[in-house]
Amino acid sequence: MLSFIARSIIQKTITLFFVSVVSFLIIHLAPGEPSQVDPLNPKFTPEMLERFRQEFHLNEPLYAQYIHFYKDLFTGRIVSWKDNRSVLAKIWERFLNSLPLFVVGTLLTWTLSFPVGIRSAIYRGGLYDRSVTFLAYLLISIPGFFFAYILIILVVTTLHVPVIGMETFGLDTSSWGCMLMDRVWHLLIPSILGATGGIAVLSRYVRSQMLEVEGQDYVRTAKAKGLPPDVVHYKHALRNALLPFVTMFGLILPGLIGGSVIIESIFSWPGMGRMAYEAILARDYPIILTVNFISAVLVLAGTFVSDLLYLVVDPRIRL
Amino acid sequence: MRNTQYPITDTQQALEALSAPKKTRLHELWALFRENRLAVIGLVIFVLFLLTAVSGVILTSGQNPVFDPAMVRLQEKLLPPFTRPHLKALQPAQVPTLGIYLFGTDNLGRDVFSRMLQGAWVSLTVGFVAVGISVLVGVFMGGIAGYFGHESICLDHILAILVLSAGAIFLFMGWIGTGAACMAAGFIYTAVCLFARTRTGQAQRRGIFRMRAISVDTVIMRMVDIMLCFPSFFLILTVVALVPASMYNIMIVIGLTSWMGTARFVRAEFLSLREQDFVTAAKALGVGNFRIIFRHMMPNAVAPVLVSATIGIATAILTEAGLSFLGFGVPPPHATWGNILSDGKGFIFDAPWLTFIPGVAILIVVLCFNLFGEGLRDAMNPKLRERG
Repeated sequence: MLSFIARSIIQKTITLFFVSVVSFLIIHLAPGEPSQVDPLNPKFTPEMLERFRQEFHLNEPLYAQYIHFYKDLFTGRIVSWKDNRSVLAKIWERFLNSLPLFVVGTLLTWTLSFPVGIRSAIYRGGLYDRSVTFLAYLLISIPGFFFAYILIILVVTTLHVPVIGMETFGLDTSSWGCMLMDRVWHLLIPSILGATGGIAVLSRYVRSQMLEVEGQDYVRTAKAKGLPPDVVHYKHALRNALLPFVTMFGLILPGLIGGSVIIESIFSWPGMGRMAYEAILARDYPIILTVNFISAVLVLAGTFVSDLLYLVVDPRIRL
Repeated sequence: MRNTQYPITDTQQALEALSAPKKTRLHELWALFRENRLAVIGLVIFVLFLLTAVSGVILTSGQNPVFDPAMVRLQEKLLPPFTRPHLKALQPAQVPTLGIYLFGTDNLGRDVFSRMLQGAWVSLTVGFVAVGISVLVGVFMGGIAGYFGHESICLDHILAILVLSAGAIFLFMGWIGTGAACMAAGFIYTAVCLFARTRTGQAQRRGIFRMRAISVDTVIMRMVDIMLCFPSFFLILTVVALVPASMYNIMIVIGLTSWMGTARFVRAEFLSLREQDFVTAAKALGVGNFRIIFRHMMPNAVAPVLVSATIGIATAILTEAGLSFLGFGVPPPHATWGNILSDGKGFIFDAPWLTFIPGVAILIVVLCFNLFGEGLRDAMNPKLRERG
């Protein structure tokens, strides 16, 4: 166990190092320079440009820039090229905005997909199963931005509530309950959109996992000895079908920083995804690289956690 | 007992009854596939989409296209679908070919129907080329990892690669002399190694330079891990924003960021196929490695690749639409379904068809690829078929 932990930590550190190198190279070897973003801006004189390049070490060779960048990142002194604010503070601020979307979306995904998947596995081939299957494919296939506009039209024309942005401006004077409802309405549609793909995929996965287990001999035995169907389904089958999903808790982690670019730009939600998008437009390399680095850390941590969970949950797995 | 039904004298007939049914694998597959109604609908729509896209590119390109997607008629803007044009207000050349705006017009009075036709080709090629690239890379990487995985890379190989890449970097940075010297040294070293290897037949592992450092499998799988660490849409967005906007760059970027799944599938298949008797037999007959890989093993490993490729096309079309929507896609004035929708979103309450027509089109095409892929998966997997 300890040796497994030590080994995977070393392995993941090496992977992380290569990720940092590759992302650095992708950004810096691509054509175009941050100093050329706005060539028509009259304030961007050659002297300014030179100062800019000096300030951000852009004149030095690549490996020196790499070392500068990651030294700054680990000491927390890294600043955005656009507005000279600390990158970590900026990310934290946006992260707090994205967090409610992520939490509500994840809760919706995990609470909805299990009942749906289990039910369609139990009534396999029935009308419910077939319609849910088709619906799941529909939700997987629908482009997120198109679905967003359908929902916006629906909600705005029928319920007459504001949905764009994080809150309605100028509500400070109104009552506490009014403000709360306003926040909830703003939160609801983006989180539903964030959850749809997840619900569709996860419920399919629950269904196939459940079918796999229902075909096992011990479930047949349980049925044959006359146990009530509920006990067979929920006590014998479901518990074993749940096993792979425990490990998926680890895989939620990367979603923390993911923050959908498209949904956040449609809803003008000042979250992580939008910040990354704006950083890409402005060629704000520190932010792009930091977001990339943090998300790589989260992916690696997520797989690590899921491996560990599997180890704890499934006694058949030994390392 | 089946063969007792036949008279023993009729040997021919008895033999035929005993031999395997005369149905090819393709026939069997088709019979299984046909049972899944949704998948068949998917296939039909896929064929229709293919025809639309091909006829679309023929009808909308050239100097004087049949349907002109770029024809601006400002006096006819934002007309709903099935409107007849006001013939008095138009020049004869501006009249739409069908005599009717089948899908309406957009905010510049361009015919949405011809723009959709033009965009279909973009979706199709992006889907197929991107997935083609990703399948090629994935099969190559997975095949090497699965087949040569147990072979190790020795310290001297790493040294040779290091020297070569150092030479390349020197050349790139402008130090021609040093770079050329490094490259030359690397090439000479590689040649000497190869020569020594072919002469002695089997490379002998002696001395510190011939130490086994790391296996091929580990290297490739770590590369897959590294690629999986990048958030894919964000990575695509970054690269597409940095390189010049063009359809081909988008295809290449989408392809190069989505090969990891295929590589894993192929590797897993190859690991098990490598141990099977027919591969041993082929080796014993002296068949070359690459012939074994492509002629003997690949046909057995192709099923999961095909399924993931079909679903990959759906994902690639969605990704391209998303990029177009954000304004990073194929540069205007070329129409794509994503940028028709993106342009139309400003008029969502006045001209909902500008949002709904491309949206529904993307939805249907992606859905048909998904259904087709899933049907294929079910048909190819007998275990899943029995249980459902």
